[in-house]
Amino acid sequence: MPSELIHRYMRIDHLPQIWCPGCGNGTIMRDVAAAIQELIDDPEKDINRDNIVIVSGIGCSSRAAGYLDFNSIHTTHGRAIAFATGIKFANPKLNVIVLTGDGDCSAIGGNHLIHAARRNMGLTVIAFNNNIYGMTGGQYSPTTPDGDVATTAPFGNVDRPFDIANLASGAGASFSARGDVYHVRETIDIIKEAIQHKGFSLVDVYSVCPTYYGRKNHKGSAVDMLRWQKENLIPTARYYSMPEEERAGKKLIGILSYNDYPEYTEEYAKLVKAYRKKK
Amino acid sequence: MIGRKQLIIEDAWCKGCGICVAFCPKQALELRDGKVHLKDDGQCITCGLCEMRCPDYAIYLVNMEE
Repeated sequence: MPSELIHRYMRIDHLPQIWCPGCGNGTIMRDVAAAIQELIDDPEKDINRDNIVIVSGIGCSSRAAGYLDFNSIHTTHGRAIAFATGIKFANPKLNVIVLTGDGDCSAIGGNHLIHAARRNMGLTVIAFNNNIYGMTGGQYSPTTPDGDVATTAPFGNVDRPFDIANLASGAGASFSARGDVYHVRETIDIIKEAIQHKGFSLVDVYSVCPTYYGRKNHKGSAVDMLRWQKENLIPTARYYSMPEEERAGKKLIGILSYNDYPEYTEEYAKLVKAYRKKK
Repeated sequence: MIGRKQLIIEDAWCKGCGICVAFCPKQALELRDGKVHLKDDGQCITCGLCEMRCPDYAIYLVNMEE
């Protein structure tokens, strides 16, 4: 019998999950379940289990839609945001949460990501960013750092990596944030904020892939990779209290950009209403 | 065991990654034969950090009042 959280929100007949030992995806999936549980249990929040839809694409990360016990749909590669857009349009009352990977959302589905961000479509996108295509055997992805090794870059990757949170923000996302698998409490809080945000919200969660990315790049075990996150990814309050020179090479965990642009389905409904009146 | 919480280990779900062992603030856990075990020295303070970081949901606290 697993913990109450897992029992309530996961399909336990599908567990234990299939991910490798030490893979960060399990932690991120639990963060999502914990964030949803805290919102549902809070009487001041208007979040209802039946209104939550989990949408995923293809890749290691995207198996999460099969494990989480909500209305869920496991779609095609890169198209999770496209399916989610359709679901949100059909019923704007739903809380549509997209679980995707770095390759799924920034390469194969890169266009869907930037245009959903540009439109400010009311979706929550959680990117499980493990810096590699794990499921297909360790090919480099758009977030593999330059110089790092992958099965398709045996002498080192020449490409510069995307910063998915900044990419979404640059494309117009009204909420863009970064989380990781070491800072669990902070990441759960960020995901809660993202789910409650009305417009397009993206959380780029740094996962760890000890099997393909870590092993090929001599990053050590999952524990070593988490220690790296502990030292180099810094929660907001501490980050801004650090002297400038100490911030070099470190990244912020928290909300990176936020604004209150109007949400797409609401604007569309207004347009329909105005046109109907004229007629 | 301190307090009203108890640590439970779901042996079959543990993949032996060692994350809970490494980040336990009291070093109360150890790996034996590729699975996590609670040491017998009574160091566990039921803080729940192992549960938060376990990617396999194999270690967690239960409230004993229930």
